[in-house]
Amino acid sequence: MKNIIGFIRQNFTFFSFLILQIVSLVMLSSYSKSHETFFGNWNNAVAGNVNSYYNEWAYFFDLKATNAKLVAENVALRNELAQNFVPYDTSVKSGTLILRKDSLEKTRKFFYYPAKVVGNSFTLQKNYITIERGAIEGVKKDMAAISPDGSIVGVVVEVNDHYSKIMSLLHRNSKVSAMLKRDRIAGSIEWDGKSPDILLLKNISKSALPKIGDTVLTSPYSSSFPAQLMIGRVTSITKDPSSNFLTLNIKSATNFYNLEFVYLVENKRMDAQTDIEKKGEVNE
Amino acid sequence: MNNILKNSARFILFLLIQIIILNEIPPIHQFVTPYLYIIFILWLPFGTSRITTTLLGFALGYSLDMFTNTPGLHAAAATLVGYLRPTILNLLLAQEASEELTKEPSIGTMGWGPFMFYIFSLTFIHHFYLVLLEWLQFGNFGYFIGKVFFTSGMSILLILLVELLLNRRKLKR
Repeated sequence: MKNIIGFIRQNFTFFSFLILQIVSLVMLSSYSKSHETFFGNWNNAVAGNVNSYYNEWAYFFDLKATNAKLVAENVALRNELAQNFVPYDTSVKSGTLILRKDSLEKTRKFFYYPAKVVGNSFTLQKNYITIERGAIEGVKKDMAAISPDGSIVGVVVEVNDHYSKIMSLLHRNSKVSAMLKRDRIAGSIEWDGKSPDILLLKNISKSALPKIGDTVLTSPYSSSFPAQLMIGRVTSITKDPSSNFLTLNIKSATNFYNLEFVYLVENKRMDAQTDIEKKGEVNE
Repeated sequence: MNNILKNSARFILFLLIQIIILNEIPPIHQFVTPYLYIIFILWLPFGTSRITTTLLGFALGYSLDMFTNTPGLHAAAATLVGYLRPTILNLLLAQEASEELTKEPSIGTMGWGPFMFYIFSLTFIHHFYLVLLEWLQFGNFGYFIGKVFFTSGMSILLILLVELLLNRRKLKR
Protein backbone atom coordinates (compact mmCIF):
# COMPACT_ATOMS: atom_id res chain seq x y z
CA MET A 1 0.00 0.00 0.00
CA LYS A 2 2.79 2.36 0.98
CA ASN A 3 4.52 1.50 -2.27
CA ILE A 4 1.45 2.31 -4.32
CA ILE A 5 1.05 5.71 -2.67
CA GLY A 6 4.72 6.35 -3.17
CA PHE A 7 4.46 5.38 -6.81
CA ILE A 8 1.52 7.71 -7.35
CA ARG A 9 3.30 10.54 -5.57
CA GLN A 10 6.39 10.04 -7.66
CA ASN A 11 4.42 10.12 -10.87
CA PHE A 12 1.89 12.69 -9.75
CA THR A 13 2.25 14.74 -12.95
CA PHE A 14 1.73 11.75 -15.17
CA PHE A 15 -1.36 10.66 -13.26
CA SER A 16 -2.92 14.09 -13.35
CA PHE A 17 -2.26 14.12 -17.09
CA LEU A 18 -3.91 10.72 -17.37
CA ILE A 19 -6.92 11.86 -15.35
CA LEU A 20 -7.38 14.97 -17.49
CA GLN A 21 -7.17 12.86 -20.64
CA ILE A 22 -9.77 10.46 -19.30
CA VAL A 23 -12.05 13.32 -18.28
CA SER A 24 -11.77 14.82 -21.76
CA LEU A 25 -12.37 11.55 -23.54
CA VAL A 26 -15.35 10.68 -21.35
CA MET A 27 -16.86 14.09 -22.02
CA LEU A 28 -16.24 13.66 -25.72
CA SER A 29 -17.69 10.17 -25.95
CA SER A 30 -20.73 10.81 -23.77
CA TYR A 31 -21.63 14.00 -25.55
CA SER A 32 -25.11 13.84 -27.00
CA LYS A 33 -28.18 15.97 -27.45
CA SER A 34 -29.31 15.48 -23.87
CA HIS A 35 -25.88 16.48 -22.63
CA GLU A 36 -25.96 19.45 -24.87
CA THR A 37 -28.81 21.00 -22.93
CA PHE A 38 -27.05 20.39 -19.64
CA PHE A 39 -23.63 21.38 -20.90
CA GLY A 40 -25.16 24.28 -22.79
CA ASN A 41 -26.90 25.77 -19.76
CA TRP A 42 -23.74 25.59 -17.80
CA ASN A 43 -21.53 27.09 -20.46
CA ASN A 44 -23.89 29.71 -21.80
CA ALA A 45 -23.00 32.07 -18.99
CA VAL A 46 -19.58 32.67 -20.56
CA ALA A 47 -19.70 31.49 -24.14
CA GLY A 48 -23.20 32.84 -24.75
CA ASN A 49 -22.20 36.33 -23.76
CA VAL A 50 -19.13 36.39 -25.98
CA ASN A 51 -21.07 34.86 -28.84
CA SER A 52 -23.86 37.41 -28.61
CA TYR A 53 -21.36 40.29 -28.72
CA TYR A 54 -19.65 38.62 -31.62
CA ASN A 55 -22.95 38.11 -33.43
CA GLU A 56 -23.76 41.79 -33.15
CA TRP A 57 -20.54 42.59 -35.00
CA ALA A 58 -20.96 39.82 -37.51
CA TYR A 59 -24.51 41.00 -38.15
CA PHE A 60 -23.23 44.48 -38.94
CA PHE A 61 -20.88 43.17 -41.61
CA ASP A 62 -23.63 40.97 -43.01
CA LEU A 63 -26.08 43.84 -43.47
CA LYS A 64 -25.39 44.08 -47.19
CA ALA A 65 -26.25 40.45 -47.82
CA THR A 66 -29.22 40.68 -45.46
CA ASN A 67 -30.48 43.67 -47.39
CA ALA A 68 -30.26 41.83 -50.70
CA LYS A 69 -32.21 38.93 -49.21
CA LEU A 70 -34.92 41.25 -47.94
CA VAL A 71 -35.24 42.92 -51.33
CA ALA A 72 -35.70 39.53 -52.98
CA GLU A 73 -38.29 38.58 -50.39
CA ASN A 74 -40.15 41.86 -50.81
CA VAL A 75 -40.34 41.39 -54.55
CA ALA A 76 -41.72 37.91 -54.07
CA LEU A 77 -44.33 39.22 -51.64
CA ARG A 78 -45.28 42.17 -53.83
CA ASN A 79 -45.79 39.82 -56.73
CA GLU A 80 -48.39 37.98 -54.66
CA LEU A 81 -50.51 41.09 -53.99
CA ALA A 82 -54.11 40.69 -55.05
CA GLN A 83 -54.13 44.02 -56.89
CA ASN A 84 -51.73 42.59 -59.47
CA PHE A 85 -54.33 40.19 -60.75
CA VAL A 86 -57.39 40.67 -62.90
CA PRO A 87 -60.22 38.27 -62.09
CA TYR A 88 -61.84 36.40 -64.92
CA ASP A 89 -64.99 38.05 -66.17
CA THR A 90 -68.00 36.02 -65.04
CA SER A 91 -70.66 38.62 -65.86
CA VAL A 92 -70.88 37.44 -69.46
CA LYS A 93 -73.29 34.69 -70.34
CA SER A 94 -71.46 31.98 -72.12
CA GLY A 95 -74.48 30.27 -73.63
CA THR A 96 -73.96 27.03 -71.82
CA LEU A 97 -75.16 26.11 -68.37
CA ILE A 98 -71.68 25.46 -67.13
CA LEU A 99 -69.22 28.33 -66.81
CA ARG A 100 -66.36 27.63 -69.12
CA LYS A 101 -63.76 29.17 -66.80
CA ASP A 102 -63.12 28.83 -63.11
CA SER A 103 -64.16 32.15 -61.63
CA LEU A 104 -61.34 31.96 -59.11
CA GLU A 105 -58.78 31.93 -61.87
CA LYS A 106 -57.02 35.20 -62.33
CA THR A 107 -54.57 36.57 -64.82
CA ARG A 108 -51.55 38.49 -63.77
CA LYS A 109 -51.49 42.16 -64.68
CA PHE A 110 -48.56 43.60 -62.73
CA PHE A 111 -45.17 42.03 -62.18
CA TYR A 112 -42.42 43.41 -59.93
CA TYR A 113 -38.65 43.39 -60.38
CA PRO A 114 -36.04 44.66 -57.91
CA ALA A 115 -33.35 47.04 -59.12
CA LYS A 116 -30.37 48.65 -57.45
CA VAL A 117 -29.99 52.41 -57.85
CA VAL A 118 -26.51 53.34 -59.13
CA GLY A 119 -27.11 56.95 -60.06
CA ASN A 120 -29.52 59.58 -58.77
CA SER A 121 -29.93 63.33 -59.11
CA PHE A 122 -32.44 65.68 -57.55
CA THR A 123 -30.88 69.12 -57.89
CA LEU A 124 -31.37 69.66 -61.63
CA GLN A 125 -34.42 70.60 -63.63
CA LYS A 126 -34.43 67.27 -65.45
CA ASN A 127 -33.55 64.58 -62.97
CA TYR A 128 -32.89 60.97 -63.85
CA ILE A 129 -32.20 57.85 -61.82
CA THR A 130 -29.89 55.15 -63.19
CA ILE A 131 -30.51 51.56 -62.15
CA GLU A 132 -28.52 48.39 -62.60
CA ARG A 133 -31.05 46.29 -64.45
CA GLY A 134 -31.55 46.31 -68.18
CA ALA A 135 -33.30 44.75 -71.12
CA ILE A 136 -31.60 41.37 -70.59
CA GLU A 137 -33.02 41.28 -67.07
CA GLY A 138 -36.51 42.12 -68.29
CA VAL A 139 -36.72 45.91 -68.15
CA LYS A 140 -38.82 47.61 -70.82
CA LYS A 141 -39.52 51.19 -71.64
CA ASP A 142 -42.42 52.84 -69.79
CA MET A 143 -42.23 50.49 -66.83
CA ALA A 144 -43.04 52.23 -63.56
CA ALA A 145 -40.57 52.54 -60.70
CA ILE A 146 -41.70 52.64 -57.09
CA SER A 147 -39.70 53.03 -53.91
CA PRO A 148 -39.43 50.30 -51.24
CA ASP A 149 -42.09 52.01 -49.07
CA GLY A 150 -44.59 51.85 -51.92
CA SER A 151 -44.55 55.44 -53.17
CA ILE A 152 -43.89 56.18 -56.80
CA VAL A 153 -40.49 57.25 -58.17
CA GLY A 154 -40.75 57.59 -61.93
CA VAL A 155 -40.98 55.91 -65.30
CA VAL A 156 -38.31 54.03 -67.28
CA VAL A 157 -37.30 56.03 -70.35
CA GLU A 158 -34.06 54.48 -71.60
CA VAL A 159 -32.99 50.84 -71.54
CA ASN A 160 -29.79 49.12 -72.59
CA ASP A 161 -28.49 45.61 -71.88
CA HIS A 162 -27.72 45.98 -68.19
CA TYR A 163 -28.70 49.50 -67.17
CA SER A 164 -31.82 51.60 -67.42
CA LYS A 165 -32.63 55.26 -66.92
CA ILE A 166 -35.68 56.33 -64.98
CA MET A 167 -37.25 59.72 -65.49
CA SER A 168 -37.76 60.80 -61.92
CA LEU A 169 -40.95 62.55 -60.81
CA LEU A 170 -38.57 65.49 -60.37
CA HIS A 171 -38.44 66.17 -64.11
CA ARG A 172 -40.03 69.08 -65.92
CA ASN A 173 -41.64 66.74 -68.45
CA SER A 174 -42.82 64.14 -65.97
CA LYS A 175 -46.55 63.61 -65.93
CA VAL A 176 -48.32 60.94 -63.90
CA SER A 177 -52.02 60.43 -63.58
CA ALA A 178 -53.11 60.83 -59.93
CA MET A 179 -56.23 61.18 -57.82
CA LEU A 180 -57.32 62.54 -54.48
CA LYS A 181 -58.09 59.73 -52.10
CA ARG A 182 -60.98 61.68 -50.54
CA ASP A 183 -63.29 61.93 -53.56
CA ARG A 184 -61.32 60.03 -56.24
CA ILE A 185 -61.12 63.02 -58.57
CA ALA A 186 -58.23 62.62 -60.98
CA GLY A 187 -55.59 65.09 -62.07
CA SER A 188 -51.99 64.91 -63.12
CA ILE A 189 -48.77 65.12 -61.11
CA GLU A 190 -46.13 67.47 -62.44
CA TRP A 191 -43.10 69.26 -61.07
CA ASP A 192 -42.25 72.94 -61.25
CA GLY A 193 -38.52 72.49 -60.63
CA LYS A 194 -38.48 74.50 -57.41
CA SER A 195 -38.09 72.05 -54.55
CA PRO A 196 -37.42 68.28 -54.68
CA ASP A 197 -39.95 67.88 -51.85
CA ILE A 198 -42.91 69.55 -53.51
CA LEU A 199 -44.87 68.21 -56.50
CA LEU A 200 -47.84 69.84 -58.19
CA LEU A 201 -51.21 68.19 -58.71
CA LYS A 202 -52.82 70.03 -61.63
CA ASN A 203 -56.14 69.85 -63.42
CA ILE A 204 -58.22 69.05 -60.36
CA SER A 205 -61.78 70.16 -60.95
CA LYS A 206 -63.03 72.99 -58.75
CA SER A 207 -65.92 70.78 -57.74
CA ALA A 208 -63.46 68.76 -55.68
CA LEU A 209 -63.17 69.84 -52.07
CA PRO A 210 -59.59 68.95 -51.13
CA LYS A 211 -58.33 69.71 -47.66
CA ILE A 212 -54.76 70.24 -46.53
CA GLY A 213 -53.30 66.90 -45.52
CA ASP A 214 -55.35 64.88 -48.01
CA THR A 215 -53.65 61.84 -49.49
CA VAL A 216 -52.87 61.72 -53.20
CA LEU A 217 -52.70 58.30 -54.88
CA THR A 218 -52.03 57.07 -58.38
CA SER A 219 -55.20 56.84 -60.43
CA PRO A 220 -56.49 53.74 -62.21
CA TYR A 221 -56.05 55.52 -65.57
CA SER A 222 -52.30 55.21 -65.73
CA SER A 223 -50.91 52.49 -67.98
CA SER A 224 -47.61 52.29 -66.13
CA PHE A 225 -48.56 52.52 -62.48
CA PRO A 226 -50.85 50.23 -60.53
CA ALA A 227 -53.71 52.18 -58.93
CA GLN A 228 -53.67 53.50 -55.37
CA LEU A 229 -49.95 53.84 -54.81
CA MET A 230 -48.95 56.63 -52.47
CA ILE A 231 -47.71 59.87 -54.02
CA GLY A 232 -47.92 62.40 -51.21
CA ARG A 233 -50.07 64.74 -49.13
CA VAL A 234 -51.63 68.09 -49.97
CA THR A 235 -49.80 71.03 -48.38
CA SER A 236 -51.50 74.01 -50.06
CA ILE A 237 -54.35 74.73 -52.47
CA THR A 238 -54.26 77.41 -55.17
CA LYS A 239 -57.39 78.45 -57.07
CA ASP A 240 -56.69 79.59 -60.58
CA PRO A 241 -59.29 82.33 -61.25
CA SER A 242 -58.91 82.13 -65.03
CA SER A 243 -59.70 78.42 -65.36
CA ASN A 244 -61.94 75.81 -63.93
CA PHE A 245 -59.16 73.90 -62.20
CA LEU A 246 -57.29 73.82 -58.90
CA THR A 247 -53.53 73.45 -58.50
CA LEU A 248 -52.43 71.61 -55.35
CA ASN A 249 -48.96 71.52 -53.82
CA ILE A 250 -48.08 68.00 -52.76
CA LYS A 251 -45.44 67.01 -50.24
CA SER A 252 -43.88 64.00 -51.93
CA ALA A 253 -44.01 60.74 -49.98
CA THR A 254 -40.93 59.48 -51.79
CA ASN A 255 -37.59 60.37 -50.29
CA PHE A 256 -35.58 61.04 -53.43
CA TYR A 257 -32.43 61.81 -51.45
CA ASN A 258 -31.61 58.30 -50.27
CA LEU A 259 -32.94 55.88 -52.88
CA GLU A 260 -30.99 52.62 -52.78
CA PHE A 261 -33.43 50.16 -54.28
CA VAL A 262 -36.46 50.63 -56.49
CA TYR A 263 -39.03 48.15 -57.67
CA LEU A 264 -39.92 48.17 -61.34
CA VAL A 265 -43.51 47.38 -62.21
CA GLU A 266 -44.32 45.72 -65.48
CA ASN A 267 -47.86 46.02 -66.74
CA LYS A 268 -48.47 42.88 -68.78
CA ARG A 269 -51.38 44.59 -70.54
CA MET A 270 -49.66 47.89 -71.26
CA ASP A 271 -49.33 47.33 -75.00
CA ALA A 272 -53.01 46.53 -75.32
CA GLN A 273 -53.98 49.64 -73.33
CA THR A 274 -51.72 52.10 -75.17
CA ASP A 275 -52.72 50.55 -78.47
CA ILE A 276 -56.41 51.18 -77.94
CA GLU A 277 -55.72 54.68 -76.61
CA LYS A 278 -53.78 55.57 -79.77
CA LYS A 279 -56.48 54.18 -82.04
CA GLY A 280 -58.94 56.69 -80.69
CA GLU A 281 -56.69 59.51 -81.85
CA VAL A 282 -56.45 58.14 -85.37
CA ASN A 283 -60.20 58.06 -85.85
CA GLU A 284 -60.75 61.69 -84.89
CA MET B 1 3.22 38.89 -11.22
CA ASN B 2 4.02 40.62 -14.46
CA ASN B 3 4.48 37.23 -16.07
CA ILE B 4 1.11 35.96 -14.88
CA LEU B 5 -0.66 39.06 -16.19
CA LYS B 6 1.07 38.80 -19.54
CA ASN B 7 0.21 35.14 -19.93
CA SER B 8 -3.41 35.65 -18.87
CA ALA B 9 -3.70 38.33 -21.53
CA ARG B 10 -2.23 35.92 -24.08
CA PHE B 11 -4.61 33.19 -22.98
CA ILE B 12 -7.62 35.39 -23.67
CA LEU B 13 -6.16 36.97 -26.80
CA PHE B 14 -5.30 33.75 -28.60
CA LEU B 15 -8.55 32.13 -27.53
CA LEU B 16 -10.49 35.07 -28.97
CA ILE B 17 -8.46 35.03 -32.19
CA GLN B 18 -9.22 31.34 -32.51
CA ILE B 19 -12.95 31.73 -31.82
CA ILE B 20 -13.72 34.99 -33.56
CA ILE B 21 -11.45 34.81 -36.59
CA LEU B 22 -10.04 31.38 -37.33
CA ASN B 23 -13.18 29.41 -36.53
CA GLU B 24 -15.32 31.81 -38.55
CA ILE B 25 -13.43 32.36 -41.78
CA PRO B 26 -14.64 30.12 -44.57
CA PRO B 27 -12.09 27.29 -44.86
CA ILE B 28 -9.94 27.04 -47.98
CA HIS B 29 -10.68 23.35 -48.02
CA GLN B 30 -12.35 20.80 -45.78
CA PHE B 31 -8.85 19.73 -44.69
CA VAL B 32 -7.56 23.15 -43.74
CA THR B 33 -8.75 24.55 -40.42
CA PRO B 34 -5.89 26.46 -38.82
CA TYR B 35 -5.34 26.30 -35.06
CA LEU B 36 -3.39 29.10 -33.46
CA TYR B 37 -4.52 28.85 -29.87
CA ILE B 38 -1.81 26.35 -28.79
CA ILE B 39 0.74 29.14 -29.26
CA PHE B 40 -0.21 30.10 -25.70
CA ILE B 41 1.31 26.85 -24.40
CA LEU B 42 4.27 27.09 -26.75
CA TRP B 43 5.12 30.52 -25.41
CA LEU B 44 5.04 29.72 -21.69
CA PRO B 45 8.40 30.38 -19.98
CA PHE B 46 11.00 27.60 -19.89
CA GLY B 47 10.70 27.18 -16.15
CA THR B 48 7.00 26.32 -16.15
CA SER B 49 6.57 22.95 -14.49
CA ARG B 50 5.05 20.00 -16.30
CA ILE B 51 2.01 19.90 -14.05
CA THR B 52 1.33 23.61 -14.71
CA THR B 53 1.53 23.28 -18.50
CA THR B 54 -0.69 20.20 -18.39
CA LEU B 55 -3.35 21.95 -16.33
CA LEU B 56 -3.12 25.12 -18.42
CA GLY B 57 -3.44 23.04 -21.55
CA PHE B 58 -6.61 21.49 -20.23
CA ALA B 59 -8.01 24.88 -19.23
CA LEU B 60 -7.19 26.34 -22.64
CA GLY B 61 -8.65 23.43 -24.58
CA TYR B 62 -11.76 23.28 -22.46
CA SER B 63 -12.37 27.03 -22.85
CA LEU B 64 -12.22 26.60 -26.62
CA ASP B 65 -14.54 23.59 -26.37
CA MET B 66 -17.16 25.74 -24.71
CA PHE B 67 -17.39 27.81 -27.88
CA THR B 68 -17.19 25.02 -30.41
CA ASN B 69 -19.63 22.71 -28.61
CA THR B 70 -17.17 19.81 -28.66
CA PRO B 71 -16.58 19.14 -24.94
CA GLY B 72 -13.27 17.34 -24.46
CA LEU B 73 -11.95 17.40 -28.01
CA HIS B 74 -9.58 20.36 -27.84
CA ALA B 75 -9.11 19.80 -24.12
CA ALA B 76 -7.62 16.35 -24.73
CA ALA B 77 -5.29 17.57 -27.49
CA ALA B 78 -4.15 20.68 -25.61
CA THR B 79 -3.54 18.64 -22.43
CA LEU B 80 -1.31 16.31 -24.41
CA VAL B 81 0.65 19.25 -25.82
CA GLY B 82 1.04 20.69 -22.32
CA TYR B 83 2.25 17.37 -20.98
CA LEU B 84 4.75 16.69 -23.77
CA ARG B 85 6.15 20.20 -23.92
CA PRO B 86 8.83 19.77 -21.20
CA THR B 87 9.93 16.49 -22.78
CA ILE B 88 10.55 18.13 -26.13
CA LEU B 89 12.25 21.12 -24.50
CA ASN B 90 14.57 18.82 -22.50
CA LEU B 91 15.51 17.05 -25.73
CA LEU B 92 16.43 20.33 -27.39
CA LEU B 93 18.05 22.34 -24.61
CA ALA B 94 21.26 21.76 -22.75
CA GLN B 95 20.99 21.34 -19.01
CA GLU B 96 22.51 24.75 -18.23
CA ALA B 97 19.46 26.41 -19.81
CA SER B 98 17.80 26.07 -16.44
CA GLU B 99 19.29 29.40 -15.45
CA GLU B 100 17.07 31.13 -18.01
CA LEU B 101 13.86 29.90 -16.46
CA THR B 102 11.91 33.11 -16.95
CA LYS B 103 12.74 33.35 -20.66
CA GLU B 104 10.31 32.09 -23.25
CA PRO B 105 10.87 29.76 -26.19
CA SER B 106 11.48 31.85 -29.30
CA ILE B 107 13.87 32.01 -32.23
CA GLY B 108 16.02 34.38 -30.20
CA THR B 109 16.38 32.18 -27.14
CA MET B 110 16.54 28.78 -28.88
CA GLY B 111 17.90 29.42 -32.33
CA TRP B 112 16.20 28.64 -35.62
CA GLY B 113 16.71 24.89 -35.79
CA PRO B 114 15.61 23.84 -32.32
CA PHE B 115 12.73 26.28 -32.34
CA MET B 116 11.43 24.99 -35.65
CA PHE B 117 11.65 21.43 -34.37
CA TYR B 118 9.86 22.46 -31.18
CA ILE B 119 6.99 24.07 -33.09
CA PHE B 120 6.77 21.35 -35.74
CA SER B 121 6.67 18.48 -33.29
CA LEU B 122 4.17 19.94 -30.84
CA THR B 123 1.85 21.30 -33.51
CA PHE B 124 1.95 18.01 -35.34
CA ILE B 125 1.25 16.04 -32.15
CA HIS B 126 -1.66 18.32 -31.34
CA HIS B 127 -3.22 17.97 -34.77
CA PHE B 128 -2.54 14.28 -34.99
CA TYR B 129 -4.34 13.64 -31.71
CA LEU B 130 -7.14 16.12 -32.42
CA VAL B 131 -7.93 14.73 -35.85
CA LEU B 132 -7.54 11.18 -34.57
CA LEU B 133 -10.27 11.85 -32.02
CA GLU B 134 -12.39 13.38 -34.76
CA TRP B 135 -11.74 10.41 -37.00
CA LEU B 136 -12.93 8.03 -34.30
CA GLN B 137 -16.33 9.73 -34.55
CA PHE B 138 -16.63 10.09 -38.32
CA GLY B 139 -14.65 10.18 -41.52
CA ASN B 140 -12.27 7.73 -43.17
CA PHE B 141 -8.53 7.20 -43.26
CA GLY B 142 -7.98 9.53 -46.21
CA TYR B 143 -9.76 12.28 -44.34
CA PHE B 144 -7.62 11.67 -41.28
CA ILE B 145 -4.24 11.71 -43.07
CA GLY B 146 -5.16 14.61 -45.33
CA LYS B 147 -6.49 16.73 -42.54
CA VAL B 148 -3.55 16.04 -40.23
CA PHE B 149 -0.99 17.12 -42.80
CA PHE B 150 -2.73 20.08 -44.36
CA THR B 151 -4.05 21.50 -41.11
CA SER B 152 -0.67 21.05 -39.44
CA GLY B 153 1.03 22.79 -42.33
CA MET B 154 -1.37 25.72 -42.17
CA SER B 155 -1.11 26.03 -38.41
CA ILE B 156 2.70 25.88 -38.41
CA LEU B 157 2.77 28.56 -41.07
CA LEU B 158 0.46 30.76 -38.99
CA ILE B 159 2.44 30.20 -35.78
CA LEU B 160 5.70 31.06 -37.54
CA LEU B 161 4.11 34.17 -39.03
CA VAL B 162 2.95 35.33 -35.61
CA GLU B 163 6.40 34.55 -34.22
CA LEU B 164 8.15 36.57 -36.92
CA LEU B 165 5.66 39.43 -36.88
CA LEU B 166 5.77 39.96 -33.13
CA ASN B 167 9.54 39.33 -33.09
CA ARG B 168 9.80 38.83 -29.37
CA ARG B 169 13.59 38.91 -29.44
CA LYS B 170 13.56 42.66 -29.16
CA LEU B 171 11.65 42.54 -25.91
CA LYS B 172 14.35 40.45 -24.29
CA ARG B 173 17.20 42.96 -24.63
